[in-house]
Amino acid sequence: MIKIAEHIKKINNFEKKALSIFLTAGFPSKENFVEIALLVLESGADMLEIGIPFSDPLADGPIIQASSQHALENGVTLKDVFNYCKKIRAKTNKPLILMGYANPIIKYGIKNFCRDAVNSGAAGLIVPDVPLEEYESFYNGNFNDLEKILLTTPASSDKRIKEIDEKSEGFVYCVSVTGTTGMRKSFDENVLANLKRTYSIISKNKMMIGFGISNPENIKTFSPYCDGVIVGSAVIKKINETKNIDRISGFVRSLSLAAEGKM
Amino acid sequence: MKPQTVYDFPDVNGKFGIYGGKYVPETLISALDELEKLYFEVKKDEEFLSELDKLQKEYNGRPTPLTYAKRLTEHFGKAKIYLKREDLCHTGAHKLNNALGQILLAKKLGKTRIIAETGAGQHGVATATVCAKFGLKCAVYMGEVDIERQKLNVFRMKMLGAEVIPVSSGSRTLKDATNEAIRDWVTNVSDTHYIIGSVVGPHPYPMLVRDFQSVIGKETKLQILQAEKKLPDFIVACVGGGSNAMGIFYHFINNENVKLIGVEAAGYGLDSGKHCATLTLGEPGIFQGMKTYLLQDRFGQVSEVHSISAGLDYPGVGPEHSLLKDIERVKYFSVTDDEALEATLLLSKLEGILPALETAHAVAYLNKLMPETKKDEIVVVNISGRGDKDLNTIINKIGDNVL
Repeated sequence: MIKIAEHIKKINNFEKKALSIFLTAGFPSKENFVEIALLVLESGADMLEIGIPFSDPLADGPIIQASSQHALENGVTLKDVFNYCKKIRAKTNKPLILMGYANPIIKYGIKNFCRDAVNSGAAGLIVPDVPLEEYESFYNGNFNDLEKILLTTPASSDKRIKEIDEKSEGFVYCVSVTGTTGMRKSFDENVLANLKRTYSIISKNKMMIGFGISNPENIKTFSPYCDGVIVGSAVIKKINETKNIDRISGFVRSLSLAAEGKM
Repeated sequence: MKPQTVYDFPDVNGKFGIYGGKYVPETLISALDELEKLYFEVKKDEEFLSELDKLQKEYNGRPTPLTYAKRLTEHFGKAKIYLKREDLCHTGAHKLNNALGQILLAKKLGKTRIIAETGAGQHGVATATVCAKFGLKCAVYMGEVDIERQKLNVFRMKMLGAEVIPVSSGSRTLKDATNEAIRDWVTNVSDTHYIIGSVVGPHPYPMLVRDFQSVIGKETKLQILQAEKKLPDFIVACVGGGSNAMGIFYHFINNENVKLIGVEAAGYGLDSGKHCATLTLGEPGIFQGMKTYLLQDRFGQVSEVHSISAGLDYPGVGPEHSLLKDIERVKYFSVTDDEALEATLLLSKLEGILPALETAHAVAYLNKLMPETKKDEIVVVNISGRGDKDLNTIINKIGDNVL
C-alpha cells in the first residue's frame, strides 16, 4: 500500500507541489469515468480524489452538487466506486483518495467500507461532515491502512489545527476559504494570511490546500504555503464544457506545470 | 420499585443517546461552540430570561390559552379534549417562540445578518418578523415547490423586509432549503446567525430550540392543573422536524403517566413510498448535522418524501425524538393527507378553529385514539398553527366539496 505522505514527500523533494484532482465517481458517465480518471492522472495529476455521490452534499457548491446528482441518476453506488478504484489501481500507483459524506458510508457499514476501500486500492478517506468531535464514534475503532484525512478551515483555532494535525493521516486538507467547494474569482489577503498561519502550525503532516482553486495562477499564489493543491470544480466544469479529451488533458497539464513551478 | 431515572439530555457531547451530535463541516464548529457557550450562559442570566419573557408576553401574546373543545369532545363521546392554542401566537404558529429566543442570542453574538430555512413558511415568517423588530438583515431559503404552495407566506415575508431565496435543488422542499441555508452559513459564518426553525441540525440547536419551545408544555401543565386539578392522560402533537411536539412534551417527560403521542405525515399512505413517516419507517442515519432516524434508500441516499403539509415534508426528524422513540417514552403514529384534510374540516366546523395542515395531522389522530379513551380521561392536542396559509392547497384539493 502506498503511503500518501511518502508520495507527496517524493514530489516535494523535486521542488514541486503535489497536484490532486477531484472527480465525482461515475461522472460524466459510468462508462467514461475510469477513462477520464486515467487521462487526468496521465496528464500530470499526482493523486486522485474520488467523490462518492450523495443526495445532500452540504459542503459542495453548485458544480460538484450537479455532478453528484448526475452520478446518482446514473445509478452509481459504492460498489461501482470500489470497482473504479480497482480498475484505476490496475494502471497506476498514484494514491487514490475517497471523499464521501457520512451517511452512505455508515449505511454500507464502516467496517465493510474500510475493508473494501483498502481491498480496492484506495489509500485515504475524507469525510467532510465528520469533524474531530465525531471522529471516534464514526470510525468506531475501524482504523486500518485506509488513511483518515481531516480538514482545517479559516475558522479553526490554532489549538484545533494542532489537534487536527495530530489525528489526521496521509495529509491535512486545508480548506482555503469559508464556504463550499467551487471556483472563486479572487482570494483576499486574509485567505493568504490564514494559509500561512495554518502551514506554520502543521508539523506532523503534509498540507494540501483545496476549495476554490481553479487555474494555474491560483496554484502559483498558494504554492509557498503548502505541500500540494487540490482542484475539483474547475476540472469538472471543463469536463462539462467539452467532450474533447485533448482540452481536458491540456487543462490538467497546465495545472500540473503550475504545481511544478513552471509557469 | 422501579429505579427513578431523571431524563436529562443531551449529554455534554450534544448526544441524545446515540443520536444528535455535530456532524458538520469543520468551518461551522467554532460558530456552534460559540453558540453553545453563550446559550449556557444566558440560560442562567436573569436579564436575558426576563427580556425573553417580556417579549413572549407583550409581543407574542403568551401565555396562549388552553381551550376546552366541548363539541369535539361530544363528537367522540369519550375523554375530554383540550386544545393548546399555539395558533394564537403572533404570526399564527408556535415558530415565534423559538425565533424570539434566537434573535436575542444573535444580538448577543454581535451578528448582523440572519438566515433561516422554511417549509410551510411559518418559520420564515417568524424569523422575518423578529428581524423586522430588531432591525437585522434577513434571508429565508425556501424550496420552489413550497413557494408555490405557500404563496401567502412568501408575500408576508417580503412585506416584513426579508429576502426569500428560491431553492431549486433536489426535491425543492424543506430539506433542500435547509441544505442551502447551511451552505450560506458555512460561507458567511462570521457575520451571520442561522435561526434553525426546528429541533434539528447539529448540537446545540436541537437543545436550544426545544428549550425555547418548551414554554408550550410549561404553560399547558399549569393550565390543565388549574382546569382539571390533574395532569392529562394523553398529549398529541404533529411531528415533522418535531419542534412543537418537543415543546409540549418536554416538561411532561418525567411524568410517566402522561402518554405522549407524536403524529407523522403518511402522505399518500405508508405503502405508497410517498410519505414523511420518518420514525415509523426510517432508519438511523447522519443528515444535516445530526445522527437521527432518516428516510433513506438502501445505499444511504436520502429519500424524496411527500406530505400535503409543507411543514412536515421532511425526511429527517429531531434527534431527541429518535431517542424518545427508542426508549418508548413517546409513541409515534402517522396519518395520511386525506385524513389530515378531513380533520381540518372537522375542527373548523366543530370548534371554529381552522388548523394548519401540519396541525391537522395531530387532530386526525384523534379518530384512532379517542375510541380507546375513557370518559374521565383528558387529552391535550397541540394546535401548533392556524390554517389560513393553507387555503390555496385546500381549495385545490377539495374544491367545492367543502360547501
